[in-house]
Amino acid sequence: MSAPDDRKDAPNGADARRSNVEALYQELILDHYRRPRNRGKLEHPDVALRKKNPLCGDVIDLQVQFDGDTLRDVRFTGEGCAISQASASMLTQRLKGKSTAEAAQIMERFTRMVHGEEGAADESLGDLRALAGVSRLPVRHPCALLAWDTLAEALASRR
Amino acid sequence: MMSALPRSEFPLLAASPRLAYLDSAATTQKPRAVLDAIRDFYENDNANPHRGAYALSVRATERYHDARARVAAFLGVRDADCLIFTRGTTESLNLIAASWGRANVGAGDEIVVTGAEHHANFVPWQQLAIEKRARLRICDLASDGTLDLDTLRAMLGARTKVVAFGYVSNVLGTIAPVREIVELAHGVGAIAVCDGAQAAPHLAVRFDELGVDVFAASGHKMLGPMGIGVLAGRRELLDAMPPFLTGGDMIEFVEDDHSTWNRLPHKLEAGTPNAAGAVGMAAAVAVLEGIGMDAVRAHERELVGAAYRRLSAIEGVRIYGPAPDDRSGVLSFNVGDVHPHDLATILDSHQVCIRAGHHCAQPLMRRLGVSATARASFYVYNDDADIDALVNGVMAAREMFSRVGA
Repeated sequence: MSAPDDRKDAPNGADARRSNVEALYQELILDHYRRPRNRGKLEHPDVALRKKNPLCGDVIDLQVQFDGDTLRDVRFTGEGCAISQASASMLTQRLKGKSTAEAAQIMERFTRMVHGEEGAADESLGDLRALAGVSRLPVRHPCALLAWDTLAEALASRR
Repeated sequence: MMSALPRSEFPLLAASPRLAYLDSAATTQKPRAVLDAIRDFYENDNANPHRGAYALSVRATERYHDARARVAAFLGVRDADCLIFTRGTTESLNLIAASWGRANVGAGDEIVVTGAEHHANFVPWQQLAIEKRARLRICDLASDGTLDLDTLRAMLGARTKVVAFGYVSNVLGTIAPVREIVELAHGVGAIAVCDGAQAAPHLAVRFDELGVDVFAASGHKMLGPMGIGVLAGRRELLDAMPPFLTGGDMIEFVEDDHSTWNRLPHKLEAGTPNAAGAVGMAAAVAVLEGIGMDAVRAHERELVGAAYRRLSAIEGVRIYGPAPDDRSGVLSFNVGDVHPHDLATILDSHQVCIRAGHHCAQPLMRRLGVSATARASFYVYNDDADIDALVNGVMAAREMFSRVGA
């Protein structure tokens, strides 16, 4: 079976789109998807919140246990695409042990990176920069941000 | 397998030679003939139908009237005044649930739908049931997603007022046994409401012969423009029914304290109609008649058969629903633990457009035990190159995800 000749011209921009997607689904993201960190439930969470993306059904349950102002433990369970689940796993890894002020700063920077703001993806985001490619896929922004929005709401509810 | 209508007839596809558009169950691409007909209406015949006492308005009225006759003939509706133009299937089904339903369904009555319904043929009935304290009953499906008539029969009784079902499932592509369902519904004195959104584009529909009381379809899923669709109904039922929307065009006399209604179809078409949309839909059915619905169906069977064969040969691919011969041009599937949204993103980077998610059928997703599926759907412009692109994209996604072990 072969395509008719008139179906073989490559339009501009197609190759760039493909390499962006290939860069996004890199081993680090897939590793977090297949082997999520801090997955599970806490015995005595101080805050717990569930958020669902009604468009695609992705779910994140997030739990935090505090030690004073420090996020002593962060756990999640959930279901959904590689982007939403890897993002949640990476969130727990990055924010565990941080103060609420530090967490808020990382959250804000991460959100700006996903929205494609120039210069947002600096070194303070560490591994989270693996998700930078999402910025060019607007329909996937909610996937990358689901866990982060859940945490932001959970922290706000504590105040 | 060539397309049934060349891509060169579709300006969008002609401009993107490598695009594999496999989301026609969501909406179809538009042929030049449809775009030209809409433009021609606005350039040459545009005025408000049914209003003016001048030649231009008369022409607009005639174009609108002709469009109705043409679409009615295509769907096998002999009494063209019983073909109501709406915004689409969703509005048509809401219309019947709101107008007929509120007048005829009461506390303790039962409304039966199937577990495969699109939200448009589920939520209006669910809400009617809540409002009227009636009971919504959901007929479960056989393991291959088809409707089992014995299960349906066992659900029907003297309290059943409505049996609402999709002719063709937008997720599984299953084709419902319409005549048998109608017989069961009428046997207990219920009306049969048929969601034909996925049937009218793909099968030869003869409304009068099907025996359903109400049939709904959308123009944009059958080569026509968005924002136009139809409701076909039996005259006695539509005549006896209160109007849905009130206002201009649908009235006869408006007194200070009451009004009387215009005759069909106007009674159910309040306000300025989407005349250009109707003209576009009529042009779309002319294109389909030119191909022939038997040829449309045969072309889809070949495509869906080939896609089914080639996808199911890929390790980890699971296809939902019946064998390809028993389905319309829709394939829902999953690929190992690659989530459908990731698959859609990866396929998009290969210029393959598929749908991922619950397909506006959450009750069905629950019954299939999945939160989402990927869906490829075919139409007259698809050919082997589209299936090649789909298969290559699925293999690439599998490969990408297999770099990291579970």
